[in-house]
Amino acid sequence: MSIDTETAARVARLARIRVDDDALPGLAQEFNRILGFIDELAEVDVDGVAPMVSVTPMRLKRRADEVTDGGQTDKVLSNAPDAREGFFAVPKVVE
Amino acid sequence: MMTRELNALTIAQARDRLRAGDVTSVELTEACLTAAEGGRALNAFVHDTPEQALDQARAADARLQRGDAPAMCGIPVGIKDLFCTRGTASQAGSRILEGFRPEYESTVTRNLFDAGAVMLGKLNMDEFAMGSSNETSVYGDAVNPWKVDDRRLTPGGSSGGSAAAVAADLCLAATGTDTGGSIRQPAAFTGITGLKPTYGRCSRWGIVAFASSLDQAGPMTKSVRDAALMLQAMAGHDPMDSTSADLPVPDFEAMLTGDIRGKVIGIPREYRVDGMPDEIEALWQRGIEMLRDAGAEIRDISLPHTKYALPTYYVIAPAEASSNLARYDGVRYGHRATLDKGEGIVDMYEKTRAEGFGDEVKRRVMVGTYVLSAGFYDAYYNRARKVRTLIKRDFEQAFEAGVDAILTPATPSAAFGLGEVGDEDPVQMYLNDVFTVPVNLAGLPGISVPAGQDKSGLPLGLQLIGRPWEEGDLLNCAHSLETAAGFVAKPGKWW
Repeated sequence: MSIDTETAARVARLARIRVDDDALPGLAQEFNRILGFIDELAEVDVDGVAPMVSVTPMRLKRRADEVTDGGQTDKVLSNAPDAREGFFAVPKVVE
Repeated sequence: MMTRELNALTIAQARDRLRAGDVTSVELTEACLTAAEGGRALNAFVHDTPEQALDQARAADARLQRGDAPAMCGIPVGIKDLFCTRGTASQAGSRILEGFRPEYESTVTRNLFDAGAVMLGKLNMDEFAMGSSNETSVYGDAVNPWKVDDRRLTPGGSSGGSAAAVAADLCLAATGTDTGGSIRQPAAFTGITGLKPTYGRCSRWGIVAFASSLDQAGPMTKSVRDAALMLQAMAGHDPMDSTSADLPVPDFEAMLTGDIRGKVIGIPREYRVDGMPDEIEALWQRGIEMLRDAGAEIRDISLPHTKYALPTYYVIAPAEASSNLARYDGVRYGHRATLDKGEGIVDMYEKTRAEGFGDEVKRRVMVGTYVLSAGFYDAYYNRARKVRTLIKRDFEQAFEAGVDAILTPATPSAAFGLGEVGDEDPVQMYLNDVFTVPVNLAGLPGISVPAGQDKSGLPLGLQLIGRPWEEGDLLNCAHSLETAAGFVAKPGKWW
């Protein structure tokens, strides 16, 4: 499996990270090196092996579906780069 | 003892002297603050909280006066920058969290503070805990207090600032986190003790997430006894972390009997890797002898899927990171890029993340995005999760056959020079974690104990791996190894 600059650009877009065009060939090369390393996994016989879903065999706890927290708008917004009238503010999304 | 030496105490020594009333927490704290001030060249502390520290120290002294004093009461510690601490910068070593001041306290730091511990400040680390040399930090490199020539050496990573601070006596102990070796490798590089508990022993709530199925917090200390004392305060069930174990936390210090007669110590043949220096092999052999002399039974074992641990890790960790780090979008906290006229919200995300993340973080987020993307999910991510099952099964079979703990080297080399590894090839840096990564994949407890020095005088560590939830037994084995190894060397002060 080899990654070309077009694939590298697509992955960067999916990851929402801007990458300049002239940096794409280098990025593709790094991906190829890392994926080459990962490709060793192809030689392992995993027939009939269940993928791990939980590190320790534990059942996640359940609790009653009740409100346990809230009413902290100021704290929630205190680190926002831009907040107005109790909301996070972002550039216009819908025309 | 003079005040300026108080910072060199272990937790256990300081506890005993605090309780005896011949030293106060304020005196200990002032000694550490002075040491930290004098240790700037190590770039270990990156956010200082001296006023909060002295307030906490005074409160601890009052508590000690009342006779209500857990072991950590009045003990000055450093906190890795990955832990959210209320009102204090918590940036995970990243530009994207510049200016972030959490409105809440991580469970582990809250537990430590409830036990009376004193926070001196926040400690340097690789960005989002992604690195093995502390060279990916927005704060610049942390520096190893050990030095054998003109070169500045890495303290390891990602908990490099924690390791440097403890080894240089800028604090009595520090918190670390370990996703693939980030407590144990820096502990080995700096001649201190580092314990990664069983996955679920410490709550992850309020710790900036890297790879949630692997991340675990633990103590970095000057002795095994200190690791037991500090873990005691950090651990415990937390309803805020659904993977935190609802199990009693035993009295770990009481389990340090020093008696390991009859314990079965497994020696995995797959941990002899190509290119490993003879000194590491020799140290491992000495460790085997020490445990045998202490009465343990040494048994050769096989963990056949060991060689696939690193590639498995480099699928699973980036996949989880790409998901966890999606939250850094410039909307709710941290950095937001300035937009040009006509740019919209997607431009905001892309520019914010391009400016806020460093190269290694970008690389891992994109690798994670790729292995989770349509068409590759089965070939990479699902396959890695299956191999992870096999890696864990290797350990389970060893334990089922009666093995109590497994002894391995902690790292494939001693500390290397800053800038010497991984510039051209990121995979070279990844190989540092070859002995530590399998332990995270299997969710097991592991501890690095300083056990010797290489020819040039740099510290080397051995790793013991224990059964799940049996940190007490593991610490006892480590205590035996520590006693036999008798590692007392300290770095000469050049900073």
